Amino acid sequence: MSEARDPAAPTDAQPLERTQAPDEPAPRTIEKYYYRFRVFHRITHGCVMISFLGLAATGMPLRFNQAVWANRFSQTIGGFGAIRFFHLVFAVVLTMCFLLHLGYIFHLVFIKKERGIFSGPSTLVPQWNDARDLYQHFKWFLGLGPKPLFARFTYWEKFDYWAVFWGMAIIGTSGYVMWLSTFFAKFLPGWLFNVALLIHADEALLAVWFVFAIHFFNSHLRPEEFPMDLVILTGRVNERKFRTTRAVEYSHLVEQGKLSAFETTSPEPWLKLFGRIVGFTVISLGLFLFGLTLWSFLNE
Amino acid sequence: MRRLSRIHLFLSIFAISVAGVVAHAQECLDCHGNEDLDPLRPRLSIRADAFNQSVHGPLGCQTCHTDVRGFPHQDVHLPQCGNCHKNQEQNFEDSVHGKAVARGDNEAASCQSCHGSAHMVKAVRDVTSSVYPLNLPRTCGTCHGNADLAQRHGISVSNPYQLYMDSIHGRAISHSGLLVAANCSSCHGTHDIRTTSDRESKVSREKIPGTCGACHAGVASIYQTSTHGQKFQAGDSRAPVCIDCHTAHQISRVDTEAWKLEIVKECGSCHKQSLRTYRDTFHGQVTSLGFTVVARCSDCHGSHDILPPSDPRSSVAAGNRVKTCRKCHQQAGVSFAGFDPHADRRDKARNPGLYYTALVMNVLIVSVFAFFGLHTLLWLIRSALERRKQGGPAGD
Repeated sequence: MSEARDPAAPTDAQPLERTQAPDEPAPRTIEKYYYRFRVFHRITHGCVMISFLGLAATGMPLRFNQAVWANRFSQTIGGFGAIRFFHLVFAVVLTMCFLLHLGYIFHLVFIKKERGIFSGPSTLVPQWNDARDLYQHFKWFLGLGPKPLFARFTYWEKFDYWAVFWGMAIIGTSGYVMWLSTFFAKFLPGWLFNVALLIHADEALLAVWFVFAIHFFNSHLRPEEFPMDLVILTGRVNERKFRTTRAVEYSHLVEQGKLSAFETTSPEPWLKLFGRIVGFTVISLGLFLFGLTLWSFLNE
Repeated sequence: MRRLSRIHLFLSIFAISVAGVVAHAQECLDCHGNEDLDPLRPRLSIRADAFNQSVHGPLGCQTCHTDVRGFPHQDVHLPQCGNCHKNQEQNFEDSVHGKAVARGDNEAASCQSCHGSAHMVKAVRDVTSSVYPLNLPRTCGTCHGNADLAQRHGISVSNPYQLYMDSIHGRAISHSGLLVAANCSSCHGTHDIRTTSDRESKVSREKIPGTCGACHAGVASIYQTSTHGQKFQAGDSRAPVCIDCHTAHQISRVDTEAWKLEIVKECGSCHKQSLRTYRDTFHGQVTSLGFTVVARCSDCHGSHDILPPSDPRSSVAAGNRVKTCRKCHQQAGVSFAGFDPHADRRDKARNPGLYYTALVMNVLIVSVFAFFGLHTLLWLIRSALERRKQGGPAGD
């Protein structure tokens, strides 16, 4: 199990056990923690997480309209008027997240002049290194080589990011086109509304399954992180995990002497508890929705 | 004066003869009015008050029991209703019930099955009559509410009584006491009831529009001008008649939610392709989910007045579509009406834009899940192997 489940507070440190671990020869009393996500990132992710879950829950019943669960669910929350209302509210919330994020990027690039976001070890923009990492990762899967060393964002995390970015743009646009159909029809041909629904529905199904199956596995459910990685909720990662899972970024920060700027303490117990409750709830709901939609899809 | 005395004379004779008959009946009732006349043959006992109040009461006994000439009497035959009710008997003999009786089917309805005992029979207009309009469904239902009986006799509708009583017609009878509401006989006839396969039957497919139209005259005349009515008149056996959409016995109010959803499926039972493509659109998805706030078939196509799109009078003809869309979408324009409410993602010729978009989406979805499915599977296996090798958490 990962350190995410390892209560690394000083009182929990047990030197006898720790000396047995091969890569930790010296007993330690206080483990260092570093910020991976600042409050702004965590709040943005939280808003995206909640609104995405809400949109999925109120949109999928329409996609799987023949299913009993879809009918029951929409009746329970108050009929079509209610699912429409909540879908639109969550859509506006997610749009705000999207615009807020674009504003943030704009701020970084033009106000703070941070060029590092487009290249180097902290970028989210795909690099040639990512293709190499992917290749090496597959080799590791097959037992043909060592595990690659990753920078701040791995290739699958970059895919997550750009999938959501693309998804929000395409699902959002098609959604607004349908929402304000009589307005958009003033300058769009009628057949495009048929296309808008198809794109909206198929892209949403892709997004829902991708997030609730692939993203959940990559970030939370794979054996190294199971049952969840709290970093997006607590924002902090301990020194050992940082050094091993983000080796390129870690050594880059060490070389630049910037590592201490990210240093912090271990997450407070209440924050970890909060993270576990939120994480468990969202992962459970997501997996449940994934199961329902997959089952209905296979029965279509 | 002379005219008055003639009426007087007539009334006197009538009164005297009635008095005579009644006096004679009283003589019979001296014995037959006794409840315990013959415990082994209870039908010999007549309830005097019921008989006197019945429609047959004034006729006395010998009008029917012509073979009773005095007392003591023997070998009294069962009187034939048809001796007086000739037309009814004629109709009955040609009916499904009459034919069954003739075959010796002892469960088939005879005169008494519906009208009750001849000694207690009431006029049809009498509210206590078993064939009074408000009572008739219950009377028919004594047999036609019995699924076992229906099965024994090969009747396809096993419990029409139950279906009817839940219908708009049945509720009009049972809840509102509406005499003009259709009861069993309004559609099926009375003594002349025939099977639906009999072309002479009031409920044969050929006669249905006329039978329903006897009350629903306005709707029937609109139906005759619709594409369904035109095809029906041309003898197209696939053309729907009233009961194909409304059902026969379960006819429902058209403003109930259940009906509004059901009728979509009814249209789809013939228009399969149109229902499938409708279900692919927002309208079809919402109604399938169980809500009626969006357009259903009839909102665009009309109901009794349906015409093909090629007919310029049709609500879905090219020239009328904007107006039809505006019933719900008040701001709709020409371009808006270019939306295809029956777009088919598999039809390249009809919806090329949709077809190619669907193609791209399918490729995208399949490739994403093929790649990441494999990625996830291999990763899971490797992580599990690493964990086993280390005998503990995978080194990450």
